[in-house]
Amino acid sequence: MKLPVAAVLAFALSAGFVQAEPVRQGDLEIDAAWARASIGSSRPGAAYFTVRNLGDEADRLTGLSSPVSAMPMLHETTLSEGISRMAHVEAAEIPAGGELTLEPGGMHVMLMELTTPLKEGATFPLTLTFEAGGEITVEMPVFGPGATGPAE
Amino acid sequence: MKLTLAQKMLWAASALALIAFAALAWTGGLRAGGTGEAAQEAFRPEFRLEDAADRPVTSEGFRGRYQLVFFGFTNCPDVCPTTLSEVAQVMDGLGSEADRVQPLFISVDSERDAGAELAEFTSAFHPSILGLAGSPEATQAATESFKVFFAREDDAAAPDGYSMAHASALYLIGPDGDWLRQYAYGMPAADILADLQNRL
Ligand SMILES: [Cu+2]
Repeated sequence: MKLPVAAVLAFALSAGFVQAEPVRQGDLEIDAAWARASIGSSRPGAAYFTVRNLGDEADRLTGLSSPVSAMPMLHETTLSEGISRMAHVEAAEIPAGGELTLEPGGMHVMLMELTTPLKEGATFPLTLTFEAGGEITVEMPVFGPGATGPAE
Repeated sequence: MKLTLAQKMLWAASALALIAFAALAWTGGLRAGGTGEAAQEAFRPEFRLEDAADRPVTSEGFRGRYQLVFFGFTNCPDVCPTTLSEVAQVMDGLGSEADRVQPLFISVDSERDAGAELAEFTSAFHPSILGLAGSPEATQAATESFKVFFAREDDAAAPDGYSMAHASALYLIGPDGDWLRQYAYGMPAADILADLQNRL
């Protein structure tokens, strides 16, 4: 979905935060990072982002860590016959020249055992571990509990 | 009785139509939790559950209003918030007609969801959403009555070691209690709103 720049900017300003800048390290670029505010800290949170592989060799996202969660995991929601399920994903590939997109209703970082509630307007660091690209830490902006994308 | 060729063909055609209809009706009955919007035989879902204050709530209590029903669980951070935020947009969009529609969130996770847990969850999305839960038996009865599927699935990679698979559509119940239609997961709030406004 493409939004006019002015609309995105107006939203970002009105909401009191500006969308995170893409983070580039080596051949990898992390963009459109955001998380949903958690409802209390006893329930899991969810975080999303896009990884672009600008290199000419595939890489894999193999690990996650964050001070806000004692158990962050890569999950995938699947919808089949109208039934939704979540399953753990060991690792996800980012093809050469391609991208991996985490978004609602699909792949997501499930932030379990939160050490602190994720509050709207706050940010927290999330470290992604890639097989070839190493560790990349991204600052995740927290949007409302009903947010559905990085820039609505 | 002698039949002309044309009459025989007509008989054959109607027999075929009957078989096709029977097949359709049969598969239609198996559509529980399905994604289609095909017409189903009219039915009237019933439930007997509790709200966040443990007050009994039944389907009969909503006669005269539309019900927009979603089944889920509060430990669901991906699909459930997406749908509930759509419900919130629909309720805001209804404006002065919002009181003619009652959004319901029915938990399929009777182990974890009850009381204040439910209210904390639903109120994060919209004040009008009423969270309901019940005993395992009452939950089972409610889902069967709506013809929706759910299952508790063991999963070491989930909070408390299990997750809930559940039907992800929104269901619309009419003022007389009849099941009217479902809105598949991912249907834009604007489309749901337009459909509702056509009915109000
Ligand atoms: Cu998950």
